[in-house]
Amino acid sequence: MTAPPPAPAPVVHATLLAKRFGTRVAVAGVDLTLNAGECLALFGPNGAGKTTLLRLVAGLLRPSAGSVQVRGVDVRRDAHARSSVGLISHHSMLYAPLTALENVEFTARLYGLADPRGAARRALESMRVVDRAAVPVRTLSRGLQQRVSIARAIVHDPTLVLLDEPYSGLDEAGAAALTSLLQALRGRGATLVVVTHNVSEGLALATHAAIMTGGRFARFEQRDARAFDAQRYAAEYRELVRHGA
Amino acid sequence: MKLLAVAIAAVLAAIVRIMFFTPIELLQGAAQKIYYIHVPAILSAYLALGIVALMSIVYLWLHDERADRLAESAGEVALLFTTVTLSTGPIWAKPIWGTWWTWDARLTLTLFLWFVTAAYLVLRGAIDDPIMRGRYSAVLAVLAVLLIPFIHLSVYLFRTLHPMPIVLKPDRPSLPVEMLTTFLLSLGAFLVFCVALIRARYRLALLRDATAVP
Amino acid sequence: MVPNAPGFLAASWIVARKDLAIELRTRSAFLSVVMFALLGLVIFFFAWDPTAVSSLDLAPGVLWVTFTFAGLLGLHRSFGIELEDRAIDALLVAPIERESIYAGKAIANAIFVSAVLVIAVPALALFYNLPLGRAIVALGVVAVLAAIGLVAIGTLFSAMAVNTRMAELLLPMLSLPFFVPIVLSSAQASTRLLANRPFGEVLPWLKILVGFDIVFAVACTVAFPHTLEE
Repeated sequence: MTAPPPAPAPVVHATLLAKRFGTRVAVAGVDLTLNAGECLALFGPNGAGKTTLLRLVAGLLRPSAGSVQVRGVDVRRDAHARSSVGLISHHSMLYAPLTALENVEFTARLYGLADPRGAARRALESMRVVDRAAVPVRTLSRGLQQRVSIARAIVHDPTLVLLDEPYSGLDEAGAAALTSLLQALRGRGATLVVVTHNVSEGLALATHAAIMTGGRFARFEQRDARAFDAQRYAAEYRELVRHGA
Repeated sequence: MKLLAVAIAAVLAAIVRIMFFTPIELLQGAAQKIYYIHVPAILSAYLALGIVALMSIVYLWLHDERADRLAESAGEVALLFTTVTLSTGPIWAKPIWGTWWTWDARLTLTLFLWFVTAAYLVLRGAIDDPIMRGRYSAVLAVLAVLLIPFIHLSVYLFRTLHPMPIVLKPDRPSLPVEMLTTFLLSLGAFLVFCVALIRARYRLALLRDATAVP
Repeated sequence: MVPNAPGFLAASWIVARKDLAIELRTRSAFLSVVMFALLGLVIFFFAWDPTAVSSLDLAPGVLWVTFTFAGLLGLHRSFGIELEDRAIDALLVAPIERESIYAGKAIANAIFVSAVLVIAVPALALFYNLPLGRAIVALGVVAVLAAIGLVAIGTLFSAMAVNTRMAELLLPMLSLPFFVPIVLSSAQASTRLLANRPFGEVLPWLKILVGFDIVFAVACTVAFPHTLEE
């Protein structure tokens, strides 16, 4: 009788993860396990450590304590393991003098895609910004830059997408494009971590919801558990933020 | 604090001995006595710089902030002693060699050490984040260690292939016992002073880091 | 879908191409550096007493000093563009080695600096009445070696300086002590080459340059990830 195959490593696995900047503690000990296809909506007041947590998962920061792995691998050390991760952050991560297409095509090349230009076009199309493909990013509005930045982050069809306030700056059309993009990604089995202040948008796609304050998870629950009530959650979150945790 | 007090006393005692209890050298005259300050100063500087280099490597390897703090302290003390060396050198050189400065290999290297140490401290001063500051200055220190042989080699080659002004440079005399004793005492005092300064500076850095506003 | 991530050299070239594309798009840095280099050559000319020092003796030194300072100007903008909108984060999240970011930027800088030299060396020959053919060979070969060392050091230090408060001042202060063996050896080698001295006199200087290039290209590549890590 053969043993059953081992369960695949969780997509995100953080244990006692902490990050200090000098004497300031940004992340004070976080445990997190996300499996394939799950979507975590991460809420919290400013300065709670959400961005730092995301950057730790992306491998941009070295943990001060604890560890974080993507599919069982430390992405800080292993370049190849980064192939399936996409990051959207506060900054556009674009090169202002280059066009939208050039920016996304550059990223496509970095990931070794077979047809970088085609993939770039498709990514820009998915964010409904392909009509501005040949324009230097510098001349685009903030909202359009955000769309290009999102296209850049997903051009390689990542299976783990980390989004830091992705809806900020987007108008209705942009937000709709992003939501359908995220749904498409989830449909393909991608795992998402979305940091947002917009509770309803965040909960729309989430399988899990967490509130982070003072570098820790104050609350963490599965959204599809029977006891979950989105409206009450939103209200409780607003209370938490108003009174400070 | 006690070590620093002892060190200062030792240096003062050495200076007294140099000035009043050491015979004047025959060929070079009274100016030769600067030698008892000049050489211990550069040797102390080498000690301090060695600490900077070693602690920089340790910091890059272990990320221990104590190594960085020690490197910072030793770096400042090294600059002090190198400055003393470069100041006393010309004062000694002028009456003896007839010129304030010459581009021989040793002087040029010392001048370089001064520039690189100053660059190290300026770099530290320009970075607020302590972790970045530690890492960047450690990288600079390690690269500077690699640079030294190239400076030495290229300046040596420059000198041997270039006719340089002929400078009367008396051979270093074999020191009679009294002078040797003075030299060793002065060297000892300077080294203790160097270590004491580094320690005091380290404590200052520790205090600063402990009270740093997050 | 797990794509085939590019290897070290391929990734470096992708980064280099991107930097060159940005440079071609804006062009302002290149023109400024070329102007600076040419003006430097001219100013040295007017500070020169032709009866005291021959042109063959002076010209190489002038070139290398001007080249060093012009190079510093050009190197400075190398990492600025990465920090503006945190494009560097995208590079760090991509499946490429940190070292290939450095190598790519160094390659782009080397091409930039070489382009400046292509204009500056003939200009030098023109202003200082040097035999053009000999000048290009003598200075060109040495220039390649000097440029490698300059770019290796300068790219690393510009990565560091850009994160500090006084970037424009700090880059020269950090780099110039390291440039001295390059300038010294380049000037000595090219003076002798221009004067048609026997190759045996030139060789030691070339050896120093090659040794320097190898040691610091490796050391700076290894050191680079330490300047990124947070």
